[in-house]
Amino acid sequence: MAETTVKDLKSRHMYLNMGPAHPAMHGIIQIKLELEGETVIKADVEIGYLHRCFEKHCEEGNYMQAIPYTDRLNYVSPLINNVGYVMAVEKLFGVEVPERCQYIRVILSEISRITDHLTSVGASAMELGAFTVFLYMMKAREYLFDLLEDVTGARITNSYTRIGGVKADLTEDFEGKCKDALKELRGVIEEVHRLLTKNRIFVDRLKGTGKISKEDALAYGITGPFLRSTGVDYDVRKRNPYLIYDRVDFMVPTGTNGDNLDRYLVRMEEMEQSARIIEQALRDIPEGPVSVDLLDQTIEPPEMVDSAKMGKTKDLIVTGVNVTSTLKGSEKKRHLGIKVDDKRIAIPPKQDTYSNIEGLMNHFMLIMNQDGIKPPEGEVYFPVEGGNGELGFYIVSNGTDRPHRVRVRPPCFPIMAAFHKIIEGEMVPDIVATFGSVNMVGGELDR
Amino acid sequence: MKEESPIFQKIRERFSESVISHHSFRGDHTVIIHKEYLYQTMIFLRNDSDLQFNILMDLTAVDYLGSGYRFQVVYHLYSMDKNLRLRLKVPLLERDAIVESLVPLWPCADWYEREVFDMFGIRFSGHPGLKRILLYEEFEGHPLRKDYPIDKRQPLIGPGSKEDQEKRG
Amino acid sequence: MGVGNGFGKNLLFTKLDRAIGWARKYSIFQYPFVTACCGMEYMSVACSHYDIDRFGAGFPRFSPRQADLLMVVGTISHKIAPILRTVYEQMCDPKWVIAFGVCTCTGGFYNNYATVQGIDTIIPVDVYIPGCPPRPETVLDGLIKLQEKIQDQKQEI
Repeated sequence: MAETTVKDLKSRHMYLNMGPAHPAMHGIIQIKLELEGETVIKADVEIGYLHRCFEKHCEEGNYMQAIPYTDRLNYVSPLINNVGYVMAVEKLFGVEVPERCQYIRVILSEISRITDHLTSVGASAMELGAFTVFLYMMKAREYLFDLLEDVTGARITNSYTRIGGVKADLTEDFEGKCKDALKELRGVIEEVHRLLTKNRIFVDRLKGTGKISKEDALAYGITGPFLRSTGVDYDVRKRNPYLIYDRVDFMVPTGTNGDNLDRYLVRMEEMEQSARIIEQALRDIPEGPVSVDLLDQTIEPPEMVDSAKMGKTKDLIVTGVNVTSTLKGSEKKRHLGIKVDDKRIAIPPKQDTYSNIEGLMNHFMLIMNQDGIKPPEGEVYFPVEGGNGELGFYIVSNGTDRPHRVRVRPPCFPIMAAFHKIIEGEMVPDIVATFGSVNMVGGELDR
Repeated sequence: MKEESPIFQKIRERFSESVISHHSFRGDHTVIIHKEYLYQTMIFLRNDSDLQFNILMDLTAVDYLGSGYRFQVVYHLYSMDKNLRLRLKVPLLERDAIVESLVPLWPCADWYEREVFDMFGIRFSGHPGLKRILLYEEFEGHPLRKDYPIDKRQPLIGPGSKEDQEKRG
Repeated sequence: MGVGNGFGKNLLFTKLDRAIGWARKYSIFQYPFVTACCGMEYMSVACSHYDIDRFGAGFPRFSPRQADLLMVVGTISHKIAPILRTVYEQMCDPKWVIAFGVCTCTGGFYNNYATVQGIDTIIPVDVYIPGCPPRPETVLDGLIKLQEKIQDQKQEI
């Protein structure tokens, strides 16, 4: 009887669909696979399941109304998107925000970057079976969310920056709470290193899988931790420094092999470097100009509005007002530290709006329909370093209060464009590990 | 007189007939070229030893409804070694909205061009598979054009869809 | 005692209903259909700080055939709407649906050509949890409302 060898068996390729709703992948994406056994021969990635028309919405409203839409782009690190967008508009104007405001933006951007990496590493570890790591990382994330909630008012979709500044100053106890949160964070990173980095199963699954070469990564225009894991040290914060990144000292970690393990190690190290940046910024942050010419008494806002309407304006301009808790941090005395001193761009403090006619007119001219912030005609491209790579905003202005075109260059778009090439030749379980290390965020990919 | 960027000088030296205009605004350099010279200009920009624009950062389009050239395809290039950025724009007429595809030079242009086709309807000749990427196949129209209203829905299921209309008879 | 006569039969079945409702509400197997930013709050709710597990709903079943609660988390676009309906139809009775986040309730501030203006145009919804994204405490409140609904409804065996 002749022995049947593998060559005699006729086999066909199997077509498998890793559909949009898949348990082992966070994010809705469809991968159509052509398999031979468990090895991928060809893959076709289909995206667009979360298309929410960000670019069209920006054209419908004015410049300020686009800020909440930018939050929901990369929703794991929303402050970085906010900062990128407003800095692009400020580049159109050609203004620079006050120094304290720059430090605040950097501190909160780095906190956002840490939450991005925590979620990414945690979720990808969970998909490989390390559920405990996910719980630890979410615990660390909760401390950071508490911090963000104190300053910005929201945990996730903050909409904190404004064109020409930020919404409110940091709270008084921010430095203490931030240091506590960073201590917890470092504890969690240490624990995760002990659990995963030398873990035989984890390393075996990640080492050598999802490899991409340096040339391929550059040809596809990939940036961020994905590119840094291949050895190219491209980081927008070092190459085209913005805000105060040229004054803080931090390292840009790079890998060598371009595989999943290197990406995991790069992200873990980047969290440590972000914590370093935050500590240096907290040490160096300037006090900011404080207006001291206010009388001791304070009155309630309705009273102030009534007095102003009736013409009883003696000393009103130097009287303090009790702002509600939602406006805490944006009082008049801290205004010049957090907003640029330009009437065309920054909304005046509520106290001026209530107490004198110039403030009221200024407020109306910036808020009413058809009026508003009107940058000069032109176009700019402003890149910032997002959690996944270079996040660029390309804004075309036609001189009116609505942008003519807002384009987001999403960092994970070229990575997903290269994804079918990366998984060719790998096995199906490796797809899960690779997809986790891509950190695809649907809001950013599909906009 | 403001000093001109050396990038413009190099391009003008080599391809003076391709350049329509160039300008710098807030530190960004932009060159507007004819669509016939796009491919050669890109090869030159990538291979020139002084420029080395080896990364295609972004590929998008803008709709200027009402002006002579309705569309402009915008390319953002970056040089990793020289740390230079450049923006190239190619104006297109509405009735002739076809431009050469850059997929042979940069493989990432594949998806970027599909997105521009999906959103604006601009075709790319030589593209390996030009089909919609962000929207579904049954969608008609190109939403980022200025004459497409934002709330014109074309649902696949549910109220307003073909299935729903058939059910109502 | 009392299965034969009218009053007793109703009493037995009412008690049985309440017992089954009690069992069903404290052992919810959820299918999280996560798409967008609300997914971040879903992760927070599911983890140690806000802990949905103490309500019995902690274990996600990633197959619709094995789940009884479909949590639609995040914006639903027209491209994925047929898939959502397929997942809903694959679930066995009794099943409930939670619309998590304002994008699933009414479309949120995405009034555009690609977003479904409320998933109740496609599938029936039991509890709406508004918020963009809703705080984890709001989600737990919504879950408790769903549990009350499950307890009070007529149980079919």
